[in-house]
Amino acid sequence: MLSRLKYDLTMAEAARGPGGARVDLLVVADMVQSGARALDVGCGDGELLRLLETRGVDGRGIELSREGVNECVAKGLAVVQGDADTDLADYPDDAFDFVILSQTLQATRQPRIVLEHMLRIGRHAIVSFPNFGHWNIRLQLLLGGHMPHTDNLPYAWYETPNIHFCSIKDFRQLCLLVGARMEEAVALNAWGRRMRLKMPWWFWNLFGEQAVFLLSRRG
Amino acid sequence: MVGTAATIDLADRRREADQPHSLTVRFGMSNPLRLDAGVDFAPMQIAYQTYGTLNPERSNAILVCHALTGDQHVVNTHPVTGKPGWWETMVGPGRPIDTERYFVICANVVGGCMGSSGPASTNPATGMPWGLDFPVITVRDMVRAQAMLLDHLGIESLFAVTGGSMGGMQVLQWAASYPQRVFAALPIAGATRHSAQNIAFHEVGRQAVMADPDWRAGRYFAEGTNPRRGLAVARMAAHITYLSDAALHRKFGRRFQDRDNPTFSFDADFQVESYLRHQGITFVERFDANSYLYLTRAMDYFDLAADYEGVVANAFRGAPTRFCVISFTSDWLFPTAESRAIVHALNAAGARVSFAEITTDKGHDAFLLDEPELFAIVRGFLDGAAKARGLRGSR
Repeated sequence: MLSRLKYDLTMAEAARGPGGARVDLLVVADMVQSGARALDVGCGDGELLRLLETRGVDGRGIELSREGVNECVAKGLAVVQGDADTDLADYPDDAFDFVILSQTLQATRQPRIVLEHMLRIGRHAIVSFPNFGHWNIRLQLLLGGHMPHTDNLPYAWYETPNIHFCSIKDFRQLCLLVGARMEEAVALNAWGRRMRLKMPWWFWNLFGEQAVFLLSRRG
Repeated sequence: MVGTAATIDLADRRREADQPHSLTVRFGMSNPLRLDAGVDFAPMQIAYQTYGTLNPERSNAILVCHALTGDQHVVNTHPVTGKPGWWETMVGPGRPIDTERYFVICANVVGGCMGSSGPASTNPATGMPWGLDFPVITVRDMVRAQAMLLDHLGIESLFAVTGGSMGGMQVLQWAASYPQRVFAALPIAGATRHSAQNIAFHEVGRQAVMADPDWRAGRYFAEGTNPRRGLAVARMAAHITYLSDAALHRKFGRRFQDRDNPTFSFDADFQVESYLRHQGITFVERFDANSYLYLTRAMDYFDLAADYEGVVANAFRGAPTRFCVISFTSDWLFPTAESRAIVHALNAAGARVSFAEITTDKGHDAFLLDEPELFAIVRGFLDGAAKARGLRGSR
């Protein structure tokens, strides 16, 4: 089920929410309970981990880039250098309450295996990703005849780290395939705002620029 | 080589081993050090240095574990060489290990030659240095001895333990042996075991020492000789492993030493040869050859998994300690893969761990050198841990 908007944002606040945090990160953070243990896979410079820390979450991170890791550790965050594709296998079952993959799914080599590991390591998985079913992306391919560029996806096709794009519809199918239960889903529009009306899935797939899913293991 | 100068050196060495320029504590016959070799060793002496002030809660102590050829003189002038301490870049007022916030302790390891009991110390039974009669010691023995020192100092729980190389091994052993006494652990350029390649290098060094006729089966003190050449060669070979191809090339290239052309002889034509010879010569002035044998052996025997059913993770299961593991890209002696193995084990054990690999061309020795990224990470990690421990003055 898609959640209803909890608060509305003005256009000026679109990219950054209260406290200056990225709205997609706030959406993710809202899904994590205080006191929980969370693993942020692909934690970048640690912005989400910091946000989670302020909310009483025991957060850990994995980050591929050396610069990102070193920046995080220098901030006092518990982050290891590693690769989502290869290193999740080293974590034991049920090690975390939440395993988060924020804007990283499309850059993994094996998204399905990564998602399966997330659901194994954590009781819940939270995945946010850019929706390749968005109307703007469809139009660029349909009418422009070129690989889409957006503010969120600025790379040229030959240098993009994003190798496994999917639409909201595609991701739902992957969830069904790996036996994940969709507990909550939130779509963000082109300004990074939560979309407010309750709508059918095809609508989100067309108008949501980003999506955030809260998943859990079935059974 | 043998003569008045060497004799004076040996006398100085014996004095530094028995009555060092350091704080010392002696543990008597009633309080022996139980060694892995199955010996209860007593009496035992530990020589140590401290920097900074222990807070009233006794919660701000950081134990620094030194490397193979290091000692307890972290940030003071070395009593033998007159040189600055070995970690002045890392430890001191305002440094990442800030002696204005933390109480820093460093003890000479058991088996060393700077005042803790070792083969150069006097065997009370004979009145002569122990030599090869000294029992073989392990990294775990070193850590046990350090724990005895902390008991003596009344420090129940360390805020942090850190060290590089063999120091990193001790850090891991600390977290495994005394998890409740270690709040934060920072092993740098370490490993959970000594690799076959590293054992092989150590064996070359030991054979160089033992091949020196002046070694006299370890009885050189009694016979008034000093196996300088053997120990110097051992140091030269080892020193190469602490550097990297890139660092050697950057520092020396193929440049000649004080000459424009090769001499067509076996003089030190190249700068790198001259440098290595200097490293060898200066090392024998401050280090005991038998100590070198014992400490390299201790590192060789180190294999944390062996004590925990072959699974390193078992060593850390349930440990409350927070870890920060650091490696260097150009370190081929303790390569990043070794640190990654530590991290895998800690993850598998559910420990709180950070891991950073630092880009440098300086090789294994990078942990001793000016590496701003290393300092930023150590500082950040300790700040975060200090906050979690509620140390006063935490930012």
